[in-house]
Amino acid sequence: MIAVRGLRVRLGERDVLDGVDLDVPDDGVVAVMGPNGSGKTTLGRVLLGLVPPTTGTVTGVAGLRRAAVFQEDRLCEHFDAVANVRLVLPREVPSGTVAAELSALGLSPRAQRQPARDLSGGQRRRVAVARALLADADLVVLDEPFTGIDTAARAPVLAWVASACKGRSVLLITHDRDDATQLDARVVELGSPAHGH
Amino acid sequence: MTTSTTAPAARSAGRRVARPLLVAAAWVVVWWVAALVVGSRLLLPTPGAVASRFVELAGTPAFWATVAYSLVRIVAGFVLGTVLGTLVAVASARWGTVDALVSPAVGAIRATPVVSFIILVLIWVDSSRLAVVVSTLMVLPVTYAAVLEGIRRRDRSMLEVAAVFSVPLVRRLPAIDVPAVLPFFAAACQVGIGLAWKSGIAAEVIGLPDGSIGGQLYEAKVLLESADLFVWTGAVIALSLAVERLVATLLRRVPSSPAPARELSASSRVGP
Repeated sequence: MIAVRGLRVRLGERDVLDGVDLDVPDDGVVAVMGPNGSGKTTLGRVLLGLVPPTTGTVTGVAGLRRAAVFQEDRLCEHFDAVANVRLVLPREVPSGTVAAELSALGLSPRAQRQPARDLSGGQRRRVAVARALLADADLVVLDEPFTGIDTAARAPVLAWVASACKGRSVLLITHDRDDATQLDARVVELGSPAHGH
Repeated sequence: MTTSTTAPAARSAGRRVARPLLVAAAWVVVWWVAALVVGSRLLLPTPGAVASRFVELAGTPAFWATVAYSLVRIVAGFVLGTVLGTLVAVASARWGTVDALVSPAVGAIRATPVVSFIILVLIWVDSSRLAVVVSTLMVLPVTYAAVLEGIRRRDRSMLEVAAVFSVPLVRRLPAIDVPAVLPFFAAACQVGIGLAWKSGIAAEVIGLPDGSIGGQLYEAKVLLESADLFVWTGAVIALSLAVERLVATLLRRVPSSPAPARELSASSRVGP
């Protein structure tokens, strides 16, 4: 289990996080919610090892294989969808397997062959989601993973994500309580007096 | 319907071909008029005299042997300068000590007049290798500065992706690093080719290796053969442009990185 205790992160002149406690189980989803600027993304970045805690401890992350859907899509623009996903997978994973998963996420075969720069926002997000959840990772941080995916197309993507999250530690950063419910997540509010537990 | 869409396209293609030809023709007319006004083949030969001398020289094997001699050496200097500049830039980006040691030296090379190098290098090596060494020294600082800048301006967010997913270097290079550095490298190549030719030919004019374009330029000056001077200068310009075009074609085959603004605008689009 990942345990965050008394986490404070100071960026510039501001404490972005202060006194955060959080547990993320080895197999389960924790949804972090809160207003803009409450430090949700920074908390995810701390778990990914991208931002060091100013004070406090994060235990249980050493040696974990990590993956993420970042706030931005962060795709290799000249790679097609399949190549973007395969970049983070072992070489032996065939393109066909990745293509099948992308199809399950609603990406047409034609879209899968286009460079990422030619995909729409929703298509790009699906690729970012596939990249994070097909990667062989123990800890996955999903920062607003459904941004840009319209409501009508969201159900199958949510179902795919719920299935792919099984057996991993997942930190879901979201503004949408429905997403947390769909992923059977324990909700933690940041920015509230009782943030943490 | 088809004719209405293809006709403007054909007109546009025609304009693209015709425009540089018309520009060239206009400058030839200016040259011709200037030569007639000057009225001296020694000071300014006419385009016709230069063309006729070119046909005469191009018909001899010696002309092409001379072209090949300089081409090989200057291109070798360009390639060496580009490779060394890139390797040193990578080392500087990786190790601060290398950067601290190399940056002032590269700055000094950049500020040193090319003739100082030519005379100095002429003392160290024989004249047949002079153009290679001088071209290398001129190209190296340009490539070094550009590649180092490209490395430093890589998209940090993509480097974070590579770090989080533990993407090995061998896969990260073609996916993230090379596309980010490539525009800087390409710009350095474009500048470097011109520098290599200018400095290489200057070195040949001073070092006078047998059978070089620089040697022919020097001979034209001594014998007051202005038409020959124009022919050899034209040959250098043509060769420089040809090499530049070849390098640009090769670099176009490597995928390039988008501008950061593109990522933002693309991710703000809505819906699949």
